Amino acid sequence: MKQHAILRVTSKVLIPYILLFALYVQFHGDYGPGGGFQAGVIFAAGIILYGLVFGLNAARIIAPPSVLERLIALGVLIYTGTGVATMLAGGNFLDYTVLQYGVFDGTVLADHLPQGQHLGILLVELGVGITVAAVMILIFYSFAGRERSR
Amino acid sequence: MSLTDVATQIIVILLLALLVGTATTIVRMRDLWAAVMLTGIFSFLGACWMLILDAPDVAFTEAAVGAGIATVLMLATLALTSREAKPPPEFPILPILVVFMAGAALVFGTFDMPHFGDPSAPAHTHVMSEYMNDTVPDVRQSAAHRDKTHDEHDDSQHSVAHHGVGVPNIITSVLASYRGYDTLGETVVIFTAGIGVLLLLRGRRERRDVEEDEG
Repeated sequence: MKQHAILRVTSKVLIPYILLFALYVQFHGDYGPGGGFQAGVIFAAGIILYGLVFGLNAARIIAPPSVLERLIALGVLIYTGTGVATMLAGGNFLDYTVLQYGVFDGTVLADHLPQGQHLGILLVELGVGITVAAVMILIFYSFAGRERSR
Repeated sequence: MSLTDVATQIIVILLLALLVGTATTIVRMRDLWAAVMLTGIFSFLGACWMLILDAPDVAFTEAAVGAGIATVLMLATLALTSREAKPPPEFPILPILVVFMAGAALVFGTFDMPHFGDPSAPAHTHVMSEYMNDTVPDVRQSAAHRDKTHDEHDDSQHSVAHHGVGVPNIITSVLASYRGYDTLGETVVIFTAGIGVLLLLRGRRERRDVEEDEG
């Protein structure tokens, strides 16, 4: 797509805002519409747009498949890890109420962190977002990569 | 009926008519590339429709997944196949019969469903009212609640039932906190689906490379 100057310039301008919007949806999901899943998909859409316009290889450099494969697992790990942390702090699995004063008790952090429930929701949504974004980008890679291998 | 209501009604009717029109066009179309583009438009119209139903979270997902990523994936698939659908048989009696019966069963099923926004619908009478009551007041007294929690420092075993979640978006608090187990399951489903798709697609390519090397 080297000859499509308009597409290249427009997407170059748009992609940072798409990624920023994805982060907004991710971390503002407890106040406005959206959450981890939507944010992950929007973030993936930004990378996929980059791959469509600048080529698959360019996208593979900024989001390497080997890193994405680990991120898929990392998202689920963050989610379950939050659950395990609440258990270690003395609560039930995924009972975030104990997070604030259970895990970070006595540290400077405790008074500056959001409420336990809020904190737990932010963490698990982050896990969901990471997994969804990585899965979507990797599926796009494998679909688009088959075309070239033929 | 106020002017806004009339305007909303007109928009609703227009949107639904466009949805039906797009769906009919997709079915009658043989050019797959145009059909893929129309499915994207269909998803976008669906997102607008969900926005009117006050479901911005679902509209978000529909616009991003349905109109965005699904369209790209289908276009990538089109690059591997032909762009024209095979012509259907002259008069497909059996498929038409099956489609009509399935459609009739679905319409029959909607007769038992509660009306939109019905307060006595099962979804609103069970635990949902508790969730909403617990979440919203805690938002308004968020600061006070936080100080209170701080004072009851030693009593770290607060339960959700007594204190609520304290997150303004009820959908997020239900998804991530009250129904945290379900969302964990969904995340694991996405994880498993992603791994499965990757193994299927990647495995075949490597096998072909090996065959080429041998040949």
